[in-house]
Formats: sequence, structure tokens, C-alpha cells
Amino acid sequence: MTLATRDLTYGFRERIVGRAMQVAIDAGEVVCLLGPNGSGKTTLLRTLLGLVPPLAGEVTLDGRPLSQWPVRARAMRLAYVPQAAESYFDFSVLEMVEMGRTAHRGAFARPGARDLERAHVALERLGIEALAARPIHRVSGGERQLALIARALATEATHILMDEPAANLDFGNQARVLEEIARLRAAGAAVVFSTHHPDHALRIADRVVMIRAGGLMAAGTTADVMNSENLSALYGRPVEVALVASGEGTPRRVCVPSSGRPA
Amino acid sequence: MASVHPARFGLVLALACALLAGLALASLAIGRFPVGFGEVARSLAAAMAGHASGLAANVDAVIREVRAPRVLAAMLVGAALSGAGAAFQSLFKNPLVSPDILGVSAGCALGAGAAVLLALPIAAVQALAFGGGLLAVALVVAIGTWVGGRDPLLTLVLTGVVVGSLFGAGIALVKLVADPYNELPAITFWLLGSFSSAGPREAAAALVPAAIGIVPLALLRWRVDALSLPEDEARSLGLAVTPLRIAVIACATLATAGSVALAGTIGWVGLVIPHAARLIAGAAFARVLPLSLVLGAAFMLVVDTVCRTAFPIEVPPGVATALIGTPAFIALLALSFRRSA
Repeated sequence: MTLATRDLTYGFRERIVGRAMQVAIDAGEVVCLLGPNGSGKTTLLRTLLGLVPPLAGEVTLDGRPLSQWPVRARAMRLAYVPQAAESYFDFSVLEMVEMGRTAHRGAFARPGARDLERAHVALERLGIEALAARPIHRVSGGERQLALIARALATEATHILMDEPAANLDFGNQARVLEEIARLRAAGAAVVFSTHHPDHALRIADRVVMIRAGGLMAAGTTADVMNSENLSALYGRPVEVALVASGEGTPRRVCVPSSGRPA
Repeated sequence: MASVHPARFGLVLALACALLAGLALASLAIGRFPVGFGEVARSLAAAMAGHASGLAANVDAVIREVRAPRVLAAMLVGAALSGAGAAFQSLFKNPLVSPDILGVSAGCALGAGAAVLLALPIAAVQALAFGGGLLAVALVVAIGTWVGGRDPLLTLVLTGVVVGSLFGAGIALVKLVADPYNELPAITFWLLGSFSSAGPREAAAALVPAAIGIVPLALLRWRVDALSLPEDEARSLGLAVTPLRIAVIACATLATAGSVALAGTIGWVGLVIPHAARLIAGAAFARVLPLSLVLGAAFMLVVDTVCRTAFPIEVPPGVATALIGTPAFIALLALSFRRSA
């Protein structure tokens, strides 16, 4: 149940975005991908999904290279939560979520009772069951993002890869997405998500992968990697990691940009 | 305007089918030679049962040999163009394309025109129409991909216009070398879109490519929605994107080729009818396709019936669909933009 890379060099059309990457993502863990704009987070996710072939090295699922997996079998194991596109046809939210069942049925088969049931369960888990019949263009950006997460749930995949699932979401919806990622982990799924908010990594990630300017900068447990030095180097700006008292008992770590001058 | 609830779609489709059946009966009765509805029903029932209708021989002939093939041809062309349009719209993730806008109709017309010029048999006319249509679609895809651009919707539409006019030039060439006394008027009239030459043999021949094109689309209808998603999403959902795209292009082009070989280039139907179906039934292809087929058949039947009866001379239906289709498309466009805004 491991999605792993071995000496992975990724990019597209000869343009190398990152090289020599070794990552392993196991069931029941959340891995956060951090990096500045243009650092290749999306390209890495697409490579991990098998949507772009590696330029060198390989991506394996259960020890077998992704290129050797049949398309449908792979889709039942790896689910993708993209950033919501603008140009969907006006499907209902339920129809959109039900498309997560595509790999589970043959080319000529209509959605069965089980497909509809899984779609409804996914909608319920994300708390958007009430939107099922609503056209996808008539829901907010946040709700559309939640629908795409529900579609990934409906695939029943073991690994869910999310490209900035919290982008374009308000504060409340961001918290909702993070909670859902924690619930997916509790249910035994492996989640990889990229984000521009280091606080999201501190909040729920077990491990963090930092990529910058064509390569891996740091990778390790959240406690080890998420420090002021690494974050400052990653974003090219001074960043402090501070402890704040929290109603949850133990103090929590948060990131704050700093002026770089000692107080 | 809200689309109907999916549970009520069956009822909507049944109503559309009933409307189509009623229109077909009416169209068989209407014309220069007036025939009553009762006579139409009797003649058809007798033909199906295989015994004599007891009507005058010329009444039977008008109904069965003159009007029935033409009614079938109009329904077939309307259904085939609308089904192909619905498929092209999903395939290109673009509600603004259709066989005519993509240049496919022009490609088919050039192929068919060349075959007519060479006095080839009808199967060869259809085959060359299919080849021309495929060539046009391949050019549109290749040029559109090569040009790229920020607005793929616009790029595709403009590329279609350009490729269409290129094939239009080819058609002009065909007309130039055609014999001006016999072939040229025939080709010109046929290119305007007309069912006047549709006899029993022609209608039956057109059924073959239309069926080979539409039946696979109907079988694949549960897959086509995922094909309309951005490519990364479609592939991550486990869709075999490339083979499915090729299958949909081939089927939609074949359906278009069959109808162009029969009735020339009839524009707008393939654009406006799937739009109307989507507004009524929502975006799911499994509902848009069957409703487009029925509405397209009904629309074409009404247009052709009016064109052959309401004016002192027979107006080519291709001219009428342009007159109706243009404002209808503008209205649909405004409506759908307002819906998505």
C-alpha cells in the first residue's frame, strides 16, 4: 500500500522540474507538499498520479511501476483532486461526484445502485448532500472544491492526491477541508496535498516535503522539518515558527513572517 | 430556466417522441396532393401488415413512395446532425461547436461533391464524404493544438471556420469543373441542403452510416461525460481518453457524412438542438443524446414540411435552418451565459 518514487526526475518535454526525488507515501499518513510558486508542486503531483511519465527513475505503487498498471486499476487506487476548472459542462454536483465511479464499471455500463450509493456517501461525508441536485456552476468555489474531494472519495482509492485543495477557500472552508483530510487518514487512506499555507502542514501533516527551484530541499516528519531555517530558505523570506496557547490543551506551532531583525 | 429533474426525464423523452410521431403523421398528410389523416393511418397500417389498403393507388403512392422516404430522410438527417453535434460538444468540452462550425460538414461536402462529379455510386459518395469529414476534423485538431492560445473555446471555433472555408474553396473548384447544364445545378441545389432527391433508395442508404455512427455513441453515453472533463481529470478517473476520443470523432463524423451525402450541408441544427436539449435535460450526455436525436428529427421534419409546402417554390431547408438557427443560437447563447454567470 505504498506509493513511492525512486531516483525520480520529473518535468515535461525535456524540461526538468525536479530531480533525484525519493519519497514513500504509506496508507494512513498525510504528506504535505510545500514550495513557492513555480516550484513544480503540480508537476510532481501529476507525475505521482501517472499523468505525466517520469523523465528518469520511476514511481511505483505496491512496488510496481505506475506505467505497468492498467489505467482503470490505477484509477481505483490513486485519486486526484485538481483545482476546480472553470469550464465544466453544467453537471449536477451528484453527477460530478458519480464520475468518480468511472473506473469501477465497463465502457458501456450505466451507473449502478452501488455507484450512486458511494456518491451519496461521499457527499454526506463532506456535508454537501443538500447540494446534490444543484448545477455545478451554481455552487460557490468552496463547495465545488468539496465536490471534487467527494468525487475522489467515491473512487474508493487508497491514495488521494490533492492540488492546493484549500486555494480559493474562505477560512471556514479551509478548516473543513483540513478536517476531512484528517478523517481520510483515520479511515486508512494516504493523502498527499500541496498548499501555500505552511500552517496547514503544521496542523495535520505527518510528514512534509519541501521542494524549491528544481529539487527536494527537505523532507521528513513535520516536527523535524518545519522550522524557521527551512521555511525561511524555502520562501526566501524570514519566517518564524511560534508557539501559541490553544484551547486544545498543548500549545500549537504557527508560522508568521518576520522582519528578520531580532526583537 | 431550470432543467427538468432527472427522474422526470423519461416522461419528457416520451412526450418528445409522441410529438415526433404526430409531426410525422401530419407531414405525410400535408402537401400539394391533400391526403387525410385517416388515409395516412390506413395506408401505413396496410403497408406494415402487408395487405392492400383499399385506397386509390395514387394515394398509396404519394404516402408511401413520395412522402414517407422524404419524412424519414428529414428525421434521419435532423437526428444524425444533432447527435453528432452533441458528441462533438462533449468531446471538445465546447458548447459552441457542431459539425458545420468545425468544418466537418464542409469536409464531407467536398468529398461527396467530388464523388458526385465522378458519378460514383452512393456508397462511394458516403465513403468519400466520411473521408473528407475526417480530414477536416484532423486538420482542425492539429491546427488548434499547434496554435494553442489562451482561449481554447475560441481557438477551436476559429480554426473550424478557417478549415471550413478552405474546404469551401475546394467545393467551389468542384463546381467550376462540373458540367454547367446538368451537374452544376444538381450540386448547387444539393449543397444548399435539400431533401427533394430523397427517394426510398436514398433514405435507406443514408440509414446505414447514421446507424453505424449513432449506435456506438448511444452505447458509450455513460462514458462521454467524463470525456468532457479536463484531460488530467478524465485520465485520473480511469478513462481511456485517446481511444474514446477517436471512437467519438469517427462516429460523429460518420453520422455527419451520411446526412451530407443525402441532403447536402444543413447548418445550425447540430449546434442549436443539443443546446436546447441541454437546457431542458441538464448536461448529462446520457440524457442530452437521446433528447437531441428526437428533437433534431422533429425540428428538421417541421422545417422541411414548411419548406416544401408554404411557398410557391420549394425553399432549400438549409436556407431555412440558417434563418431559424441564427437567432435561436443567439438566444440560447445569451440564456446559457446568464445561467452560468
